Parts: sequence; C-alpha cells; structure tokens
Amino acid sequence: MSTVHIHTTVNGDPVDFLSEPHTSLLNVLRDKLDLTGSKEGCGSGDCGACSVMLDGELVCSCLVLAPEAEGRRIETIEGMAQEGQLHPLQQKFLDLGALQCGFCTPGFLVAAKALLERNPDPTEEETRYWLAGNLCRCTGYDKIIRAVMDTAAEMRQERVSA
Amino acid sequence: MSGVLEKQELKIVGTRPVRPDGADKVTGKAVYGGDYHLPGMLWGAVLRSPHAHAKIISIDTRKAAALSGVKAVATHSDFRESDDSDEINAGETMIDIDAAAQMCLAKDKVFYDGQPVAAVAATSAEIAAAALDLIDVQYEVLPHVIEIEDAMREDAPVLHDDMFTQGMPETPKTASNVSMRLEKITGDADAALDDADVVVTRRYTTQMVHQGYIEPQSCVASVSADGQAQIWCSSQGAFMVRSVAAAITGMNLSDLRVVPLEIGGGFGGKTTIYLEPVALVLSRKSGRPVKLALSRDEVFRSTGPGPGTIMELSLGATKDGILTAAVMDLKYQVGAFAGSGCGAGVMHALGCYRIENTRVTGCDVVSNMPSTNAYRAPSAPQAEFAVECAMDEIAEQLGMDPIELREKNGVKPGDPSFSGAPLGQVAFMETLAAAKSHPHYSAPLGPNQGRGIAAGWWVNHGGESTVMVSINEDGSAVVATGNPDIGGSRASMAMMAAEVLQIPMQKVRPIVADTASIGYSMLTGGSRTTFATGRAVCEASAEVVEILKSRAAMMWGVEPDQVEWHDGEARCTAPGSDEAPLGIKQIASQTAKTGGPINAEIVVNPHDALPTYGVHICDVELDRETGHVSVVRYTAVQDVGRAIHPSYVEGQAQGGAVQGIGWALNEAYVFDANGRMDNSGFLDYRMPVASDLPMIDTLLVEVPHPTHPFGVKGVGEVPIVPPLAAVTNAVSHAAGMRFFDLPLTPDRVYAAINSQS
Amino acid sequence: MTYHAPANVEEAISLLGSQDNAWPVAGGTDLLVQMRSGRIKPGAIVDIKQIARTMGTSAKDGGFVIGAATPCTALLKDDALCKAWPGLVEAANLIGSVQVRNRATIGGNLCNASPAADSVPALIAADARCVIAGPQGEREIAAAELPAGPGRTNLGKGEFLVEIVLPPREAMSSDAYLRSIPRTEMDIAVVGAGVSLSRDKDGVCTQARVALGAVAPTALLVADAGEALVGSQLDDSALAKMEEAVKAACSPIDDKRGTIDYRIAMAAVYTKRAAKIAYDRAGEGA
Repeated sequence: MSTVHIHTTVNGDPVDFLSEPHTSLLNVLRDKLDLTGSKEGCGSGDCGACSVMLDGELVCSCLVLAPEAEGRRIETIEGMAQEGQLHPLQQKFLDLGALQCGFCTPGFLVAAKALLERNPDPTEEETRYWLAGNLCRCTGYDKIIRAVMDTAAEMRQERVSA
Repeated sequence: MSGVLEKQELKIVGTRPVRPDGADKVTGKAVYGGDYHLPGMLWGAVLRSPHAHAKIISIDTRKAAALSGVKAVATHSDFRESDDSDEINAGETMIDIDAAAQMCLAKDKVFYDGQPVAAVAATSAEIAAAALDLIDVQYEVLPHVIEIEDAMREDAPVLHDDMFTQGMPETPKTASNVSMRLEKITGDADAALDDADVVVTRRYTTQMVHQGYIEPQSCVASVSADGQAQIWCSSQGAFMVRSVAAAITGMNLSDLRVVPLEIGGGFGGKTTIYLEPVALVLSRKSGRPVKLALSRDEVFRSTGPGPGTIMELSLGATKDGILTAAVMDLKYQVGAFAGSGCGAGVMHALGCYRIENTRVTGCDVVSNMPSTNAYRAPSAPQAEFAVECAMDEIAEQLGMDPIELREKNGVKPGDPSFSGAPLGQVAFMETLAAAKSHPHYSAPLGPNQGRGIAAGWWVNHGGESTVMVSINEDGSAVVATGNPDIGGSRASMAMMAAEVLQIPMQKVRPIVADTASIGYSMLTGGSRTTFATGRAVCEASAEVVEILKSRAAMMWGVEPDQVEWHDGEARCTAPGSDEAPLGIKQIASQTAKTGGPINAEIVVNPHDALPTYGVHICDVELDRETGHVSVVRYTAVQDVGRAIHPSYVEGQAQGGAVQGIGWALNEAYVFDANGRMDNSGFLDYRMPVASDLPMIDTLLVEVPHPTHPFGVKGVGEVPIVPPLAAVTNAVSHAAGMRFFDLPLTPDRVYAAINSQS
Repeated sequence: MTYHAPANVEEAISLLGSQDNAWPVAGGTDLLVQMRSGRIKPGAIVDIKQIARTMGTSAKDGGFVIGAATPCTALLKDDALCKAWPGLVEAANLIGSVQVRNRATIGGNLCNASPAADSVPALIAADARCVIAGPQGEREIAAAELPAGPGRTNLGKGEFLVEIVLPPREAMSSDAYLRSIPRTEMDIAVVGAGVSLSRDKDGVCTQARVALGAVAPTALLVADAGEALVGSQLDDSALAKMEEAVKAACSPIDDKRGTIDYRIAMAAVYTKRAAKIAYDRAGEGA
C-alpha cells in the first residue's frame, strides 16, 4: 500500500493529509480530519448521510477516493454555519422540528443548501426528488420538505427586500 | 402529588420551542456512536458466517494473531460460561444472555448468514480486515430452512436440539423449531362464528422487515488493567448495554460504566447489543481501547429485524355490524433464536374491539434468519394488519361505513382489557370521531384511486426511571435522566421541568447521564420515556420547588406554608409581610447559608400507562398497467394524551406512518437459495424515499391521561400499526379486489390484477 | 493499490497496460461500492477524469461527442444535446440520486456492464458509437457491442472508453427512456425501455430503434420492434405488433428485483409508453 499526500481545501481552510489511495473522502473527513459531521449510513451512496460539496457539486463523500480530493474544494456540514451564525436552513430545521435522531440531518442540510443555490423556488415535487438520495427513517420527510420550502420562500423574500 | 402539579394553565407544555440538543445536530457537532475516538484506539473487525446453518468444527486464529499490527483475537470461548436461564428485561423483550452471546460471537453452531464467528483488533481498520482473511474456520454445512411453514415440517432441519415447545399442556419430548405456543380464549368462538350473519375468513402474510435506523451500531470499549471498563456507544438504554455486556463478559456491574452517545435511530432495534461484549473482550486482551462498528450490510445480516408472519383469521359479525366472534392463528418467524414473537401479537390483535367470543393462538417459529428484535410496537402491526383488513371486508359486505363499524365495536373506558382489568381513560372513540370528521375522509377521489382506513393500538409501557433535578447557583437547572433521547425527549423533559419550576425552558439543561451518574432507568422503548421518566421529572421538579419555598421561608423567617411559588419566584404570604418576592436566582445563590445545594432525585415505576389508538386514512393511486401503487394523500389521526412538544409528537406519527407505508409497499428481507440475505443494502431493501410520499397530515387528539401530571400517554409506537392495513385497504379499493400478502410490490399487485382478469 | 490520474490518453493506456490489475475509473459510483464489498480488488486505479477528451460534451459533424467521464448532470447543461436527445439525457439522470449523478457517467454506466444500466438502452436506441483507446490505437464500436455480459465488456487489455458519439439527428426525431422501478428514485431498473424515432410531417414514423434493459444478459436492440412502428402513426395495431416483438426478444431472469413474467410484461408496457413520448416529442418541432 502506498500512502499519498493530498492538498485540499476544506470549508475554506487549506488542509494537507496523508492517505491510502483506496480510502474514501468520507473516511478521511471523519478519521483523519475529525470532521465527524458527515455520517456513514451505508458506504454505498444509497443514504446521502455523507453528502458534501466537491468543487460546488453535491456528492456522497463515501463515493469519492481520497486522492481525488487533490486540489479540490470541499465543503462539509461543519462549514455551513458562518461565524457562529446558523444558515437559514439550519435554523428552520430547528424551528420546525425537522429532525428527530438527527443522524441524517447534516446530509439533508448540505443537499438542501445545494438545491436552493441552484433553484431558489423549488416545487414540492422538485424538493422531494432532489432529496430522494437522502434517507430519513424518523420523520417521514414531511417536516424536512416543509423546512426546505419555507426556507426557500424566506430567502426569496429577503432577496426581494434586500 | 404536589400542588404544583395541579396547576392547569400551561405556559410551556404544548408550545414548540427549539430542542435543547438541536444546534449540535444541525451543525454536525453531535457525537454519535461512530463519532467517538480515543487515543491509542484499536480498530476491531468481525468475521461472519457465510453459511445459513452450519456446525463449527474448528476456528484457527493463529495466523491472524501473528499478523503485524493485530493486538487481540476473540472467539466465543473468551466470554464467560453463561447460565442458560439468565434473562435481562429489556422492556418489550427479554434478552436471553446465552442467545445474545451467540449473536455477538457464535458458540458451536452458526444459525444464520452473517452471524459473528471471530473478531480481531488491530492498529488500523485495514490490518483488522486483512487479519479476518487469515482466520481459518472449518464448518460442517447443515441443511437450512427459512420459511415458517418449511420450518414447521416434521422433516425440517432443527436449529436447536434443546428447543422443546413451551406453552403446551405437555412439553413435547422431541425438539422442534417451534419455540413457544400461546392461546387466549374468551367465550365460545366456534359456536359464535356459526351463528354470525357475516364471516370473513382469510389468510394473511407479512415478511421480515428491518427497523432501518440510518446509524449503524458502533461502540468504543476500554478496559483498564484493574478490570474496570467503560463503553461509549449509542443504544436505547445504557443500563441495558451495561447489563447485557457485563453478563456476557462476566463483569460486575459496578466495574462497567456505559456512556450514552447520541443515537441515530433505534425503533426497537437498539434494545439489545451485538458489539459491546466483543469490544470489551478485545480491549481486555489488548489493553487498549477498541472500536467496533457495523457496516450497513452487517446491520441487515446480523442485527434483529422484525418478524414475518402467517396469520389466519375468521371474523364474524351480526348483520347490524356487531362483532361476535374471532378465531385467529398467528405464526411469527422469529429468526435464529426465540426472539420478538407472537406474545404481543396475541395481546394486540383484537384489542381495539369488544368481541365476546375469541380464540387467538400464536406460535414462534425459529429458522435460519437473523434473530428478531423489537421493531416499533413489536409484533402488533402484523396481527392488527390482518384484523383491520378483515374489518374492511366486513364493512364492505354489510354496506357499512368502515369507521362506523369500528365505532360500533371499539373499546371504551371501562371495557375489559386483555388482562380482564377494566380499561382506563382510553380515547379510541374520540380518535375515530376525529378521523370521520376530517376533511380527508370525505374528499373526492380521482380515477384509479382508492381510500383505505385502518385503526391500531399499542399498550404502552411505564417502567423504572430515575431523574435528578438540580438548581445551579444562578437559578438555572439541570435535569438528568438515564434515558437516551431518540426523537426529542430532552425537549419534553426540559419543558415539563420548566413548566413545574415556572422558569423559561432555556434555563433548563437536560442531559442523558451515564450509568455511573444516575440511578437505574429502563431503556427508551415501549413509548415510556415522556410518560414514565417525564413523570419523574415532574415530581423531582415539584420537590425542588418545595425546597426552594422552604429556603425562602428560612430567608424570610416564616413558615414554609407561608410561601407560594409563582412565575419562578417565592412570594411571602405571611400576614402583614411586605417582603419582596425572592427569585429562584436569589434563593439559589444563598444555598451555602440555607442548607446546601438544592436538588431532588426521584425514582418512579408506574404501571398505569394507558394504551393509545391511531386511525389512519390513506389514498393511493394504482397504475393498473404496471401494478405500481403511489400514496397520494395520507392522514394520521392519533390519541396522544397531551402533546408536550406537538412538533415531535407529529413527527412520531409521521415517521411511524411512513415506516408502515414502507412495510406495506416495498420492504422485505430476500434470501437466496443458500439462505443468504440477497438485499442487505438500502438499494434493494427499499425503504421509502422522499419522492415516494405526500405530506403526512396529522391530527392529534388530546384526551389527557388522568393521573399523569401533564396528561401524557405514549405516542411513539401506535403510528406504525395502522398503515399496513390502511394502505392495503386503499389498494384493494383502487383495484377492486382484495390483497392479503405484504409487501404490495408492483410485480405482486400486477400479478394479482392479471390473475383475476 | 495505487492511484493514477493521467493527463492524456496515451498515459492512461500505458498505465492500464503496465499496472497489475488496473481499473479505469470515471465517476467511481459503481467501482467504489464493489471495492468496498470486496468483489473487486484493484491493484491500480486509473482515474481518467483529468484527460480533457473524456470530460464535457460538444457538437461534432451534426452529432454530439460526450466525454466518457462526463458526469450525468453535466449533460443537462448542454441545451442542444437535451433538445436533440432528451431521452438519453433523462436516462442518465435517472441513475441513483443527485449526489450519485454528479459523479456517475454514462461511460461508466456502459462499461460497468450491468444489464439494468439505465443509460444503455437509450444509447443503443440512439445508435451511439463508442470511441475506445488502447495499445493498438483507437477503434470505434456500437454501444450495444461494448457490454459482453453481466459485469463483462469487450474492452481488451489496456483499452478504455474515451468518448461516446451520437449521430446527426434528422428533423422531427426524438427519443425517450422509461424504466420500471418499485419506488420513484434510487432503484435499479426492473426493466428499461429506450426508443428513438423519426417521423414525417404527416406523423408517419419513418425510422425507429427500440432497446431494452434488464431483460437479457446485456441491453438489447430489438430491431423488429422498431420496424413494427415504421410506416405507422403509432396506432394501436402498430403498438401491439411492437409489444409482441418486445416480448419475444426478452429472456429475463427471476431475481430479487422482479420476476420473469413481470419483466416481460413491463418491457412491453414501458416500451409502448416510451414510444408515445418519443413520437410526441418528435412532433413538437412540426
């Protein structure tokens, strides 16, 4: 096994790490960088709990090899709140009780943020299909979908009044 | 009960504040089982049986142990010899220690694909995995059996040569795969069926299903040189983990401290353990902390799902729609060991209704599948599915509204319960009425759509809990419980404490304490926590209020009964007193002068939990060309006592409904010809995804529990009961024919429609 | 295991030829899952995403060239491609979830050689060609020829898929892809049906190609199903004839995802539905 030296940017900070080439980005985040907010629910891209942004694209970090992160920009749940201020989606999830056990929540938030950046006015159907790669077993999705759509509406309102 | 608890105007209970553990969960800071690390920690890995049924001839671990970086190897022989009769009460199930140990590491036989056989701990996960490849296990493969009826055949391979069916008038002399039989009789069911005007006789089946929590089990164990040990893990009960792990490894409970981490879903599946005893052994042998974590594949293959069933039912009624007779036989597919079986099924099957003449029989059948465990209202959804489908047919045959049929027969306060004792303040009637008047129930249906309704109930539990409420020097409070918070219980605990103390909820910090920091508490399960532990929180808070009053009295030099507690402050009612009120902060800051710290510990063990009821309305649309069913509208109406935090009560109803919808439509264990699970991942074990579902409307029916301080009834389990039949009845109406076998996958529905036409 | 990210085709060929048990990887959404389960233990990973030719879409000779490592979601950003081949783009964007499609590629979907791969029937219906590079230079084969059986391809040692070429599109042509899955997302096709056709201004179908997934060891072109539509306005009798041809071509297996009978029946249903969508789309420009 040959260890590789990777240079990357995580939540805006330059990060160097050593990794076996077959290690997943998820394992690097969790075991080497102590960023355990990204969760492993399946390790096969079926649950979305490990969702992160890779150069601005939403991906499952369990399906990215560590060396693929070389020179890339990674954003995780740990970078979503800025300077101690929750992102509107994070606040709305709290306000509406859109989490129960909370294990899938980081993945949902990262995925929902990616949706709203791309589509500020998603329909319920668009929201549901966009989030179909994120499994939640506690909530039945109802409050999650409402939280994402409510946040979208508020963010649109803020843009109008800004 | 203290006067403080009789206060009726509520300021906090019933509102929707942000949960105290919320911020960490939306920022990724919350520490779950798999997130815990210790310096010097080793990585463990478990070798599993590739066979569904085999004798272990030998296990040679020498090569693995010799691999550089491997620090310990464990097999069953590292556990203590357990006494066969050792059982631990885990709320809704009993944990047999001998069986639990074999589910951690097999003894002399393997009973299912994926059963652990040996384990290693090494300096990296890669080395641990490589070491597993070096373990040589010799098996003698035995014929295996999966299906209930195959396992009951006389020539079936017998899993356990010491399994003699329990519950028979005379215990059989030969071993079989039927672990127990159960019978409950009232009146003369056969005669009553003969006399009934209308009888529906049907056979129903359901498949083995998994709880599907998104967090796989994970733990870290560390054993010190003096034998004291700690475990950090997520579970539904740290005390349960301590009991089972200590029993399997032969430890004193006082030497083992279990620290509960955040739990990523349980639904009953984390009411027993699969890893912790192995991690303890590996840590003891290596002298270093050891982490063990399951993969998703391992979760499916080696943890305890909910049982499949075969159920036969004859239900009889008069032409006026009065149920008169039921004969029911329930067979539960409990997996490799006597697991979560027919007991609660027999108890719950007919429990929504008053039926004079009943005979319900049940049996548990073992076969070469993972050993079942509790899954949300364990065993009730299956049995009630059968009854609620038959109810729908009776209503149809009588030309009667299905809710009206249920209203005619539904249980009311004072009716006999399963045990014969009269039911308390149950609210099934109110729940039915609320469903009937819900706009959904009378909304028009589109083409190819059908509507189904079904009811369901769950008994709910009380049980032992310990709570400590402490007042800090600044007047804020800490509420410590021993119950892991699965879905928001810290919010409800803090709200109840704040309501009693009459201080803002933000001043109350709820924590889930470890096993060395609080007294024993039964695990979080059975819908007991907000009810039982919540009662302890109320009582401890009330006791604290009494102490605060007495301290204020001391400060004022008056009698304690001359002090009243309002809005978080003491007011002096002594005649002629003009003392300014003393706030909680002022009192708390003076404790060194008034008698020391202010806190109260309360233990409870209530037995007066009340059952709760749900009525669900489901609309589906059927694609007749493909057999594909879409749920297009869904409403869950539920009797909740009183909702402490309505958002999380609604969340229980929504989550339970969707688990039930998944059970009805797509979820099932699939085994290949060799008895290996063929769909051990989220790709092919098809739980509902967001795009499969509509919004799940909820309607909370509040008929408070008369003896709980805030009227709480258990709410978590009921909502998984009605959906199986609500969906099936809806599909039956959309298709114009009846369905009896779950799941209603498109190929099955298509085949049924086409075999009819 | 070693990881390599060659910058050009030649380097990739050299690595694939010289490294022991080397696997090319594009999106990795299948390979990583198989590595994790232990089914595949590569000695070397050759990541082809740094090779310019494998990334992105472009118009060429009246048709399109799709780099083999282009993520499925990137196809959505090429308006001309979406207009000409909406069915193919849809097929690629039914795979997995958004997270998966931001990585997964139709090149990988093809080379993974699953009989149930969503984009493959659409590629075959589109008469797509595959540009393969290897030690002997480049060669081109039909998309249908690339998979050899479940999990096996006709790629030789050191070869890898560089580009997929879509032919020029006649006026009033379109395509569609539909699949049968138990849920609404996140499933593997029980049956997949791709149809590409052309019609004239009278609505008469002048050319049609029908391809099926998950009903045989590899995705199939069903020539006589396409022929059944030619000359018709997709009336009931033409569709019935097409459905018969589809059913006759199916040789599926019973497995955890579906039964033989159901797969055959659904192949006919979904082909019919896809044909109607393709036909309506082809008429939209009229």
